Amino acid sequence: MATLHTRTSARYMMAPAVLLLLAWMLIPLGMTLYFSFLRYNLLMPGMEEWTGFLNYKYFLTDPAFDDALINTLLLVGGTLLITVIGGTLLALMLDQPFFGRGIVRLMVIAPFFVMPTVSALVWKNMLMHPVYGLFAWLAKSVGLPPVDWLAQVPLLSVIMIVSWQWLPFATLILLTAMQSLDEEQKEAAEMDGAGAISRFIYIVVPHLARAITVVILIETIFLLSVFAEILVTTNGGPGTQSTNITYLVYSLALLQFDVGGASAGGIVAVILANIVAIFLIRMIGKNLDR
Amino acid sequence: MAREASTSRKLTYTVIGWSIGLLIFFPVIWTFLTSFKTEGEAIANPPSFLFFNWTLENYHEVQDRSDYLKHVINSVVISFGSTGLGLLIAVPAAWAMAFSPGKHTKDILMWMLSTKMLPPVGVLVPIYLIFRDYNLLDTQLGLVIVMTLINLPIIVWMLYTYFREIPGEILEAARMDGASLGKEIVYVLAPMAVPGIASTVLLNLILAWNEAFWTLNLTAAKAAPLTAFIASYSSPEGLFWAKLSAASTLAIAPILIIGWFSQKQLVRGLTFGAVK
Repeated sequence: MATLHTRTSARYMMAPAVLLLLAWMLIPLGMTLYFSFLRYNLLMPGMEEWTGFLNYKYFLTDPAFDDALINTLLLVGGTLLITVIGGTLLALMLDQPFFGRGIVRLMVIAPFFVMPTVSALVWKNMLMHPVYGLFAWLAKSVGLPPVDWLAQVPLLSVIMIVSWQWLPFATLILLTAMQSLDEEQKEAAEMDGAGAISRFIYIVVPHLARAITVVILIETIFLLSVFAEILVTTNGGPGTQSTNITYLVYSLALLQFDVGGASAGGIVAVILANIVAIFLIRMIGKNLDR
Repeated sequence: MAREASTSRKLTYTVIGWSIGLLIFFPVIWTFLTSFKTEGEAIANPPSFLFFNWTLENYHEVQDRSDYLKHVINSVVISFGSTGLGLLIAVPAAWAMAFSPGKHTKDILMWMLSTKMLPPVGVLVPIYLIFRDYNLLDTQLGLVIVMTLINLPIIVWMLYTYFREIPGEILEAARMDGASLGKEIVYVLAPMAVPGIASTVLLNLILAWNEAFWTLNLTAAKAAPLTAFIASYSSPEGLFWAKLSAASTLAIAPILIIGWFSQKQLVRGLTFGAVK
């Protein structure tokens, strides 16, 4: 079907998308890379000068970077742990027949559609507020001292909020994968005398492995860039207790106007994300061949 | 089916399922309920769940005090504008990739995907400076451009996976029957492509409506969409929970409804076709 004529027109049809994305990727990224080698602060215009790797040295040796890196790993890891385990359990539950299952499924996936600033503020104020929050009321009604969530355990609080937002994503994808599992295979195993648990371990889990990998990789890409939830709840604090890499770069750029330092941080973030992205791209690429 | 679930088992799952479902959904219900309370009742301790004086006052106040409608319009312009522009660019590209794939089509697709994995902070500084220099900060146009570009890979991918499912033989059959290219598109392809395009539009509207990195960093009072407007409630002066709830309810309701209708497409779009 692909004649020379259609090949040429195909190129023209792809050109706008390809060129725009190329520009979107190369121009700003090239500028970031360039800025990262400059001493460049917006508060001191005209003082730009080449500094080599000095920005990287400052960024990587800044104690705030260590905190941010650890917080980023905890935030991504903690959220993955909660959402993958929780998502698997929820998907198993939603795979069983029960009354009103469709409505329950709608309720379970709802948090994914709530905009990040709304979920963060609702959790921060109405649930986690140390005096008027619902959690404080629950704690008091069972005789426990209320917790000031965002001041005492800021990172854990952010993990809770982000997990609530991403639990639906894991559930929905794992449920979709579960439902594509061949019923006959399950029934055959059952007739051969496999119990519910061994059916789960030997048939469902291997089938889900791929979907779980996809969930982990895609969530990681998004979770590395969690921003709004931190901005409206803790502003990265107290201190740097809930600052992740994304927030650290933001604060360097738009609060301290340190273009050079923020750019070096941005490049570090790009490298970190790329490590994950390579695995994801390989997996999806393989899938495309089938 | 041979194994019909026993009624008692079904009832057990009903109880467990509904309890967990309500627990997860609770913050949304609570926001909805609080939006009808007075500010006093919103922070009442012990909290009142249903038996309070329902009022619509917050919804009026949200509009009067902050010109809520302006932010709604910003959100609508930005999400619909970027979706429309994105489709305009992506439909031809996805079409070409699906129907006349070349040697490098797969590489191009994978590369497009990789641009989506670029963390936004990697380009925050230059985009901010470019926007400042070209007076695009705090404008609808600026955000439409950024939103189109960040979601373009997802649109292309999703359309591609849908278009690829349209069998090529149908095109050939139509051509043999003497259909011109125009007729081929209008009568044969369009009806088969519309469902895929519709799902792509829905997913993209959701993503653009809820995007909260660029909207927070590139807008101020004028072009702020709802994500950025609601972030302004984080300031510690006073407790405006009832108003926050009213603003939030209005902001999430339309997208919640769209989202519920497009669950299946969501899986496909967000996993780039890796899980169907």
